Amino acid sequence: MKTLWLMILGRLGLGLATLLAISVIIFSAIEMLPGDLAQEILGQSATPETVAAFRSELGLDRPALERYLDWAGGIATGDFGTSMASRRPISELIAARISNTLFLALYAAAISVPLALVLGLLAALYRNSVFDRLANVTALSSVSLPEFFLGYILIFVLAQSGLFPAVADVTAEMPLGDRLYAAFLPALTLTLVVTAHMMRMTRAAIINLLASPYIEMARLKGVPRGRVILCHALPNALAPIINVVAVNMAYLVTGVVVVEVVFVYPGLGQLLVDSVAKRDVSVVQAASLIFAAAYVLLNLAADVLATVSNPRLVHAR
Amino acid sequence: MARHMKHHADPTRRALLGSMAAAGGLAALGWPGGARAAAPSRGGHVRYGVRGGSTTDSLDPGTYSHAFVRTMGYAFCNTLVEIDGNNRLQPELLEFWEGSKGAASWVFRLRPGITFHDGKALTADDVIATVQHHVRPGSTSGARALMTAIKGMERLDDLTVRFTLEAGNADFPAIFSDYRMMVMPARDGVADFASGIGTGGYVLKNFEPGVRASLERNPNYWRADRAFFDSVDILAMSDATSRQNALLTGAIDVMDQADLKTVHMLKRKSGIEVASTTGGLHYTYAMNAELAPYDNMDLRLALKYGVDREALLQKVLRGYGSLGNDHPVAPTMAYYAADIEQRAYDPDRARHHLKKAGLDNVSLSLSVTDGLYQGAVDGVTLYREQLAPVGIDLEIARVPTDGFWTDTWMKKPFVAGIWGTRATADMILSAAYESTAAWNESFWREPRFDALLKAARTELDESRRAELYRDMQVMIRDEGAAVIPLFADNVFALSDRIGHPEAMSGAWELDGGRSIERWWIKA
Repeated sequence: MKTLWLMILGRLGLGLATLLAISVIIFSAIEMLPGDLAQEILGQSATPETVAAFRSELGLDRPALERYLDWAGGIATGDFGTSMASRRPISELIAARISNTLFLALYAAAISVPLALVLGLLAALYRNSVFDRLANVTALSSVSLPEFFLGYILIFVLAQSGLFPAVADVTAEMPLGDRLYAAFLPALTLTLVVTAHMMRMTRAAIINLLASPYIEMARLKGVPRGRVILCHALPNALAPIINVVAVNMAYLVTGVVVVEVVFVYPGLGQLLVDSVAKRDVSVVQAASLIFAAAYVLLNLAADVLATVSNPRLVHAR
Repeated sequence: MARHMKHHADPTRRALLGSMAAAGGLAALGWPGGARAAAPSRGGHVRYGVRGGSTTDSLDPGTYSHAFVRTMGYAFCNTLVEIDGNNRLQPELLEFWEGSKGAASWVFRLRPGITFHDGKALTADDVIATVQHHVRPGSTSGARALMTAIKGMERLDDLTVRFTLEAGNADFPAIFSDYRMMVMPARDGVADFASGIGTGGYVLKNFEPGVRASLERNPNYWRADRAFFDSVDILAMSDATSRQNALLTGAIDVMDQADLKTVHMLKRKSGIEVASTTGGLHYTYAMNAELAPYDNMDLRLALKYGVDREALLQKVLRGYGSLGNDHPVAPTMAYYAADIEQRAYDPDRARHHLKKAGLDNVSLSLSVTDGLYQGAVDGVTLYREQLAPVGIDLEIARVPTDGFWTDTWMKKPFVAGIWGTRATADMILSAAYESTAAWNESFWREPRFDALLKAARTELDESRRAELYRDMQVMIRDEGAAVIPLFADNVFALSDRIGHPEAMSGAWELDGGRSIERWWIKA
């Protein structure tokens, strides 16, 4: 167990280093984009005088390194700073958005993870049956369609008939039931997008194990097929499945801006896209760090769970 | 002369007073909104789906640049001057304006008894602070360039301000109809935009940039004949298909900018009204007149005769617009010269001009971006085909929307551009065609034109003034360096439970941006 804790600590340290590296990369990337905040905000109305005034007001005329260190100093003391564009505190801007994003991610995960696992197990159990083929074809078709198109299809089928709202207009005060109802279509769209990956991995991992000698042994003992899969194959297939689930969870947190736009869902993705478009560096940095942290933590969680699920690693001699 | 230029809010008096150029004299008598089909009724909650909203939006009117903030701004604020449903200027917060000294000195008198949402009375100080917000040294306002002519501001009494200009400008009040000129309350002499307090028909209850704005009717609104809804939500919806779906499913009642590719299908839906307004919104293909080969007048004419405007109107705008005649003065504007011959597609004539320019075959590159307007790239693609028989090979240089205004517009020698409506001919001409204009996108500098423009600003004789504006339109059409193929309509859709005046302004989307206070729910 001690090694596990050491691993977690070591990985957290590495995660911090990763975040630092990412902040440098993002900052330089934004610096390299054409135009700065002053020009992007003023757009067609920009004149040399107003752009210059904007820059000096926001300190954009200072050297890039100085601005980066300023920002990093703020972060080190837990201060995300204020958005240069809207002059609002970034923590306030992000707080509402991040809870929406996590809500939608958890909502979609709560549907898709059990669904993918059950479908994957059943597909492995009834390998090459009509059910297996059907499940595969459906899952693969839905993952092959672009997300916005899936969204439009769901709106056409489920929203235009009046069953579910086409606009996932959630607010902070909404009761949970209303929220679940309002965000159903985006959650369903995301479910369709991520289920295939997890389902296919579950199926493949289990089928892979079904060929091993110890499964053959179990069969020969007369263990029923369902029990073989659940009690003998699944525990050994957990590690790859957990990893795929973690990757998809990270995607649900970070990669859903298209779904947010189609359903007008106020999540973190749109905040990031808006801020990149206007070169609002500090907001981009904050949002990117959150996304990167989500990846780091989910990967760490996956590794920890994979380790825990493997007695050989937990009780290493 | 002072009396002569006075323009008054009281419609019965207006006819007696001399014509204020931009107000169009007697034509403006149809008082706000024009004829109405049914009497508006009060009450109800309405939801808008509007494009443009971004997390980076702020309440500083100096940064306003798109439909979302315009729609929101006009709901909770007023401007000194408004553009009515017939695209004419009317005093809004003003009781009257009055110009003298060759239109170089202007007295603005506020209506008495108007209060901000927090109960503070509207005074001359608020007007001065508002203008100061845009013109002060270090101002970051996009409207700064509009007001460079202001030399001084003087508070005459509680309700009266006098502006002194560098040079006379009979259209000076028109600047105050700009959507960035929302009147803000003064706090210690500085305009306070951050509080979101205005004098408008609605109180801003909640503003989440890039998501929504929630507004409630201002019970103390100074206008009795406006602001009919009880409450309004404006949702930021950047995707046209999403807006359309939301309207079809009843999630919203009003959407701006219908997708022109599917608008004919939207029209067939029952319960939905597709409406359009005409204004000064126009598309340009602007050359840099200082660079070869665009410094050659004949090449410019070849490019002007080489565009099939009718085809562009039908294919790109699906008929929602009108033909441009290579000058920016719109048919809805005062001093539009209707008698100038409409330039038509004439490949032979274009070839003739190309030869005269000493170029038999030439390869040009036109920069365009998808996000500029609907069908921007399609239009350039058509233009390329139309220029082929002329002997001009037009290369389509597609650039990203991101960074377009910084890296492409006024940087590349031939660029597809767009101009929103201006209240008067003078405003668009001095914004984009005067030699010294900051946004002279075609780099066309013509002293004869500048002289005409300056003369027209102070000319008080109506027919002489119209003549000057006609000369300028002809000059830009024939000598200018921008192809102006189209004026585009604003096309939007609304639920048929929403009522609106018959005459809607084409200045900006949704009744000139003022639909929230002008429209109502049908009883």
